[in-house]
Amino acid sequence: MQKNNGFMSWVDQRLPVSSFIKNHLTHYYAPKNFNFLYFFGALAIVLFVLQILTGIFLTMHYKPDALHAFASVEYIMRDVSFGWVIRYMHSTGASLFFVVIYMHMFRALIYGSYKQPRELLWIFGVLIFLLLMAEAFFGYLLPWGQMSYWGAQVIVNLFATVPFIGPDLAEWVRGDYLVSDATLNRFFAFHVIALPLALAGLIFLHLAALHSVGSNNPDGIEIKENKDKKTGIPLDGIPFHPYYTVKDLIGLTVFLIVFASIIFFMPEVGGYFLEHNNFVPADPLVTPAHIAPVWYFTPFYSILRAVPPILNSQFPGVAAMGAAVLILFLVPWLDKSNVKSIRYKGSLYKKWIIAFVISFLLLGYLGTVPSNVWGQMPNFIPLLGGLDWATFVARIFTVIYFAFFILMPWYSKKDKTKPVPKRVTYK
Amino acid sequence: MKKFIAILIALMMGLHNSISFSADGSYHLDNAKINLDDEQSLQRGARNFINYCLNCHSANYMRYNRLADIGLSDDVIKENLLFTAEKTGELMDINMDSTEAKKWFGANPPNLTVTARSRGKDWIYSYLRTFYVDESRELGWNNLVYPNAAMPHVLWELQGVQNLEDSKLKLTKPGLLSAEEYDQFVLDTTNYMVFMSEPAKLVRHKIGYYVIGFLLILLILVINLKKEFWKDIK
Amino acid sequence: MSKKDKGFDKDRRKFLLTATALTGGLGVAAAGIPFVSSMTPSEKAKAAGASVEVDTSKIKKGELITTEWRGQPVWVLNRTDEMIQSLPKLDKNLADPNLKVTSQQPKYCQNATRSIKSDMLVVVGICTHLGCSPSAKIEPKGDMGDDWSGGFFCPCHGSKFDLAGRVYKGSPAPTNLVVPPHKYLDENTILIGEDSKDEA
Repeated sequence: MQKNNGFMSWVDQRLPVSSFIKNHLTHYYAPKNFNFLYFFGALAIVLFVLQILTGIFLTMHYKPDALHAFASVEYIMRDVSFGWVIRYMHSTGASLFFVVIYMHMFRALIYGSYKQPRELLWIFGVLIFLLLMAEAFFGYLLPWGQMSYWGAQVIVNLFATVPFIGPDLAEWVRGDYLVSDATLNRFFAFHVIALPLALAGLIFLHLAALHSVGSNNPDGIEIKENKDKKTGIPLDGIPFHPYYTVKDLIGLTVFLIVFASIIFFMPEVGGYFLEHNNFVPADPLVTPAHIAPVWYFTPFYSILRAVPPILNSQFPGVAAMGAAVLILFLVPWLDKSNVKSIRYKGSLYKKWIIAFVISFLLLGYLGTVPSNVWGQMPNFIPLLGGLDWATFVARIFTVIYFAFFILMPWYSKKDKTKPVPKRVTYK
Repeated sequence: MKKFIAILIALMMGLHNSISFSADGSYHLDNAKINLDDEQSLQRGARNFINYCLNCHSANYMRYNRLADIGLSDDVIKENLLFTAEKTGELMDINMDSTEAKKWFGANPPNLTVTARSRGKDWIYSYLRTFYVDESRELGWNNLVYPNAAMPHVLWELQGVQNLEDSKLKLTKPGLLSAEEYDQFVLDTTNYMVFMSEPAKLVRHKIGYYVIGFLLILLILVINLKKEFWKDIK
Repeated sequence: MSKKDKGFDKDRRKFLLTATALTGGLGVAAAGIPFVSSMTPSEKAKAAGASVEVDTSKIKKGELITTEWRGQPVWVLNRTDEMIQSLPKLDKNLADPNLKVTSQQPKYCQNATRSIKSDMLVVVGICTHLGCSPSAKIEPKGDMGDDWSGGFFCPCHGSKFDLAGRVYKGSPAPTNLVVPPHKYLDENTILIGEDSKDEA
């Protein structure tokens, strides 16, 4: 491979391109037993690149100005040649990014990919998730529709609930007494420069950490512990390239089919990806009847709504919402199980993860609807009479959500695990 | 894998159907059976819209020459439809002063370019058919779909006058059009407004079929490619 | 890897690789179309750049009006007979009196007066040097000195043009001013921005 390649060796003496390709692709050994859940990491990177690319082209036409923002989006949708494709790619990409990231996180959760030695890898991942939420939130203001505006108004007002410094903090974030042109301008700056840059850095660290510890797998077995004595290659490992590059192409193509179906046939996804009310220009004087965040924030929004105000302060709800995300950082130390993968964990853990997934999905659904969807509890029920049913249910599932994490040290220890084989299961 | 895709698709279909526009009040919206492929209906709708709506409501994200997408040539637009502008490349703007409008109606008539996307086709279709006489209102009109709407019944000469009796609408004075003709008139207008809210919709589906067709071919190739390479792995 | 080629069909593998690469490449190229296309002038730019009509009946002899086409100033000058007669006399002072650089005017203006009708000059008021807009100095002499026989003067770097937009020798500007495509809709109405097919 090395000989007769004058140009490559010239480059390699100056920049280690060949050895980079070798270390990270052709001689990077990944476990051979990945299932479809392992597509989502690669898909997340593809989406990141796509969002940057479409974002650059949208910035060429978008105007971050309260007077012109809404019209400039319509300008992109109509007057810019193929502008609508680019805009739909960006708006669909944002939602699918969260689908992909949630699947990616779920994968890590059930196969114990956060456990020693991958704690840092997991922490970088949670940081990426946090920044991604911020990125999506800032970006959602830019179309300057009613939902953009009031969503931002509500979220920024959360800062105002922080004891003592709250109101000043909210004002500082907005740069005005209400969400306004100043807010739009700074959100634009965060959305197009600050956060993408930070995300790119974190993604690099995430990948660097991954390639130094190696990938986990559905069996949760460290393939590096079983190496070929002669070559030093893990017995259950296969070169990432070509095997996983060709496999990921399948995942990518299926993903693109879903992506294209949405872009070309249902870009609004029934009001979940592009909310109906966001086609009304922002109006600070008219509050929409029902303000719902975009679907990917709704589990956390539900938790916010579920926590009752304490001493007339909404802060506990805000704190709970924050904790619901931040608690993910602790997962590597909460899990006391002696096995990684769900395959070798006992029924106790399985019950808890099912409860967790149900509560996440249900909280997500409840966040999209007004809290009175299911009516009120009858008055004869003591203490709870008159409370919205949906709020009551959201409270129960908020408790389950947190219990999944808080009780993890207990149930993961108590759980009866199965013996883990030496080698991965393949077919 | 296949199961997952099936679930994903089912999930999306479910989402697609689960949110439908709910009216603020109790009025159940009528289904507007529009057809974006019906060029004649779209052209009639454009004429209706420009003649009746574009006096008070602006639609100034839309350019007149975009009507070419529904088969109206520059010359036709210039001769028949260009009232508020000089060139067909201009936006569908109005001459009415917005501060005056606020005085007259108590609210600024909203820009209608993308209303079909915020309210939905059924809302527009139902709204334009459910005006009734209400002397308690300043302009003498009220609406079932949008109670206490600031807008008077601009189309009353066409539809006639409706009264509300036992919470049912009754035509008390016939208009220039029969009930069926009026429904068709409103349907055409709704059809046009849906087109105007997203002109790309006319080509979006067509391009979509090609893109997905192409991706399916690619999928067959990459599945075979993967199978071929993974023969190595035991 | 090279010698362990027995376990699989090498040709099939090669074929699939090539086919996927070609198809994928095609897909990437097609996906590039919207992006490249989005950078072309939008409908808004096209609307602003649409042809402009000019009614010449309101321009007096010796008068110049400025109109806008594609965001550029376009001058329409109604030249007097004296002005037209003075044009050939300047040839020796000009850099390109005989319009050798043909890209500077449409074919139908490839004539002594650089116009369709000899009196009516239509020219883009942008200096061919670095894009300044020259000032009209229609009247002879005046602040341009006694040799000046009327024309345009670019204040940026001192380029001079005559009343047919032809550049003087020694000016920094390399070529004559551009005559935009235009045509007469009727006796007095010029449409700037469109050629008439039969006159071309």
